[in-house]
Amino acid sequence: MHEWALAEAIISSVIKVVEKEGLIEVKEVRIKVGELQQVDIDILEFALSELKTDKLKNARFVIETVKAELRCRACGHLWNFSQNKLDNGLKESVHFVPETIHAYIRCPKCGSPDFEILEGRGVLLESVKGVK
Amino acid sequence: MRALKESNSPVDPRVNVIDKRLENVKRIVAVSSGKGGVGKSLIASTLALSLVKKGFTVGLFDADFTSPSIHRILGVKKLEIKEERGILPMQIHGLKYVSIVAFSGQKALPLRGVDVSNVLIELFSATLWGSLDYLVIDMPPGIGDATLDIIRLVKRIEFLIVCTPSLLAFETVEKLLTLLRELKVPVIGVIENMKMKQVFSIKDKVAGAGFPFLGEVPFDLDVENVLGDVEALFGTAFAKKLDEIVPRIIFSQSA
Ligand SMILES: Nc1ncnc2c1ncn2[C@@H]1O[C@H](COP(=O)(O)OP(=O)(O)OP(=O)(O)O)[C@@H](O)[C@H]1O
Ligand SMILES: [Mg+2]
Ligand SMILES: [Zn+2]
Repeated sequence: MHEWALAEAIISSVIKVVEKEGLIEVKEVRIKVGELQQVDIDILEFALSELKTDKLKNARFVIETVKAELRCRACGHLWNFSQNKLDNGLKESVHFVPETIHAYIRCPKCGSPDFEILEGRGVLLESVKGVK
Repeated sequence: MRALKESNSPVDPRVNVIDKRLENVKRIVAVSSGKGGVGKSLIASTLALSLVKKGFTVGLFDADFTSPSIHRILGVKKLEIKEERGILPMQIHGLKYVSIVAFSGQKALPLRGVDVSNVLIELFSATLWGSLDYLVIDMPPGIGDATLDIIRLVKRIEFLIVCTPSLLAFETVEKLLTLLRELKVPVIGVIENMKMKQVFSIKDKVAGAGFPFLGEVPFDLDVENVLGDVEALFGTAFAKKLDEIVPRIIFSQSA
């Protein structure tokens, strides 16, 4: 799992905000995790706690999971990724690179591979709350 | 009074770690062209292998996600990428190699531009290249999403341009060169590939445009027969000629 790589990316991004906003301490970091990437939240949380720097030592990480919504560009059908059953090998590929679903799944209504990932792809840093 | 400050415009955290992932890579070379089918993948692969032979530590990244080719040129039987706090490139023929094929296999992977960007960001933010002298990137043709994203995301990118001796190829390459100059992206130079008889030469045109002309590589019928066998590839006139050009790339001062 590359939760560690994602955690590192989150910490780097929080540090950027800290520098830009001139924060002396971070209180809360909100993160959205898309269902499609199937991030292991426990590993992500552990990695975040291991990687956090001094200014983040009292920060609370709030992680929200977001359902993966897909929309077909051909017929407009809207569906949820959790409806699609993938075997473990494919799940791992989609975990590493969510866009590979275009190789493995089709619009359940019309069979098109031309669908967009509306929401719930991967990891997003929602907000950083801190003391100036 | 200590003010509580909230910063809440959602950001994609991945882009902020790309610089760090590449911090121990000395040079990052995108093998690119305005035109498709001019030999970018073959030259990127052979260049990477040639750099390995010269003792450099080399990474090779296939950035053509919808039409990857490198696995065929290198003769990769089973593309296995391991992960440990990130994606660990596959070790093959003395170089480190990453391709989307590890995840999409032999399936067709139809991607829109936004997906191409996402794949590029995901792989650059998660791959642990470690220390490299060169990271060679095999680009898809043209000046679309992948090219724009490489320029946006990889600060130290340098372009190596491949062109065939055809007015049709050169016209697209000229546009690519003009764009790179406008964006102040370094260009190592232009290689003329698939040289046959003297019909149309791009040498003077490249020089006239103010870019280094690195040399010409012949059209070589043997190439097709050695795809997948890197030792045999090195025996071809194609590889020998390219090998003469490699020092010019190593010692280049990008224009
Ligand atoms: N010098 C050469 N002599 C003979 N064949 C060549 C030579 N260079 C490339 N080829 C062949 O031409 C074809 C196109 O080469 P290649 O796939 O490397 O081009 P490309 O620019 O990467 O294409 P694309 O734009 O689709 O990515 C391949 O079949 C390759 O083996
Ligand atoms: Mg190619
Ligand atoms: Zn549909």
